[in-house]
Amino acid sequence: MIKISNLSKEFGKLAVLKDINFTVEKGEIIVIIGPSGTGKSTLLRCLNYLETPTTGKIQIGNVDIDAVNHKQKEVTALRQQSSFVFQNYSLFANKTAIQNVAESLITVWKTPTSEALKIAKEILVKVGLADKLDAYPSRLSGGQQQRVGIARAMAAKGEVILFDEPTSALDPEWVDEVLAVMKQLAVERQTMIVVTHEMQFAKEVADRVIFMEDGYIVEQGTPQQIFEQPQNERTKSFVKRALKQH
Amino acid sequence: MQNSFDFQYVFELLPTLFRYLGVTMEMALWGFVFALILALGLALVRVFKIPVIQHLAALFISFFRGTPLLVQLFLLYYGLPQISPLFLMDAFTAAVLGLTLHFAAYMAESIRAAILGIDKSQMEACLSIGMTRLQAMKRVILPQASRVATPSLMNYFIDMIKSTSLAFTLGVAEIMAKAQMEASSSFKFFESFLAVAVIYWIIVLFFTRIQHLLEYKLNEAY
Ligand SMILES: Nc1ncnc2c1ncn2[C@@H]1O[C@H](COP(=O)(O)OP(=O)(O)OP(=O)(O)O)[C@@H](O)[C@H]1O
Ligand SMILES: [Mg+2]
Repeated sequence: MIKISNLSKEFGKLAVLKDINFTVEKGEIIVIIGPSGTGKSTLLRCLNYLETPTTGKIQIGNVDIDAVNHKQKEVTALRQQSSFVFQNYSLFANKTAIQNVAESLITVWKTPTSEALKIAKEILVKVGLADKLDAYPSRLSGGQQQRVGIARAMAAKGEVILFDEPTSALDPEWVDEVLAVMKQLAVERQTMIVVTHEMQFAKEVADRVIFMEDGYIVEQGTPQQIFEQPQNERTKSFVKRALKQH
Repeated sequence: MQNSFDFQYVFELLPTLFRYLGVTMEMALWGFVFALILALGLALVRVFKIPVIQHLAALFISFFRGTPLLVQLFLLYYGLPQISPLFLMDAFTAAVLGLTLHFAAYMAESIRAAILGIDKSQMEACLSIGMTRLQAMKRVILPQASRVATPSLMNYFIDMIKSTSLAFTLGVAEIMAKAQMEASSSFKFFESFLAVAVIYWIIVLFFTRIQHLLEYKLNEAY
């Protein structure tokens, strides 16, 4: 359902992504791990075209786009195939929780407002925010904001939800409630690509773990393969360090 | 007689002048509405970096900020009709047009600054759910930017009220023109101009109060 071919990204002279190739099946849960500064965020942002890749093809659902030669229309179409959960939530500050979630339905999918609000409410109830429908982001805790962020991504009708370190800006007390929502999504087989430092989450939830370093995909496999029998030396030492911290 | 100050004259003149306030406020209100629309257009053209037009917008802004309002009014009213009779207009229209162009240039810059001041992540969040840049602007960025820009836009409105006094040089019968007329017929210059100053002052105090209320409301919104 998702196919990334020969993706590369350079910021000026700095090559951040180098010849990235992978595919994701519908309903698959992918976790991307790797040291800081290796291009994990850049990869996710490229999938959503928040960064324009230097070269490479991205296919999500029925949209196919080539970095070298693309039209604005294709970019918008591609973005409609995915949605993004940001490290810093990035909720619309001028909109209430329910308006945040309903926005894509109203503006992008032209759903009648009453219908959109109904759907938004259902999703917010599902992530445990039934009592915060009309709260502005500034009145919500970090954990609540991020759950609204996930709800907003769920409402957007994309094929896949991209998570960029969704819990790393949170105070420790809020991490579990956000992970719980993500686990629930995993149970429902929502296709997800998650960048995270939460190794326990990766072990429990991922169908496949991708280890990235220095702009390359170094190794990928089941959590069992990556965490217990890593083949590559660099994977080994990263995993060893990462698991020790927990 | 020469050096005496006729306090009563000032009081008597106030109601007379107040009757001309309508023209003054009409100029300011029309000027502000048109300036706001034009300023928004100019700001968006520059923010979206629309080819060619963005440079024209920058040139426009530079010219109307870089030259005095009085000179602009004279150019519009006395100058342009010389090029073509098509540009003939009455003094009131010329004054509103001059105020519009002049203040749009300033307001465009403050709207643009407000837009650029909104965190980049807000735009990214819009794009990430499949919105276009224009939709993002309309639904998320401008509503937030308008809150930031409101205090300075209100300042420009107040400034514009005061600037309408220049319209008397084109022959618009507004309160400054009336004060001038009264002064030259009664020779009570100080009293006449003091009276008109007091009226401007009252109006400005009134709108400053409204500005504070508006800011208070906006700040508690979210
Ligand atoms: N807009 C940008 N302009 C220039 N360089 C950038 C930009 N964004 C990212 N980089 C660089 O690209 C490299 C990869 O950054 P990226 O944020 O993708 O790493 P990451 O794997 O997500 O790291 P972390 O775990 O710390 O979030 C870094 O060296 C970073 O400095
Ligand atoms: Mg990152």
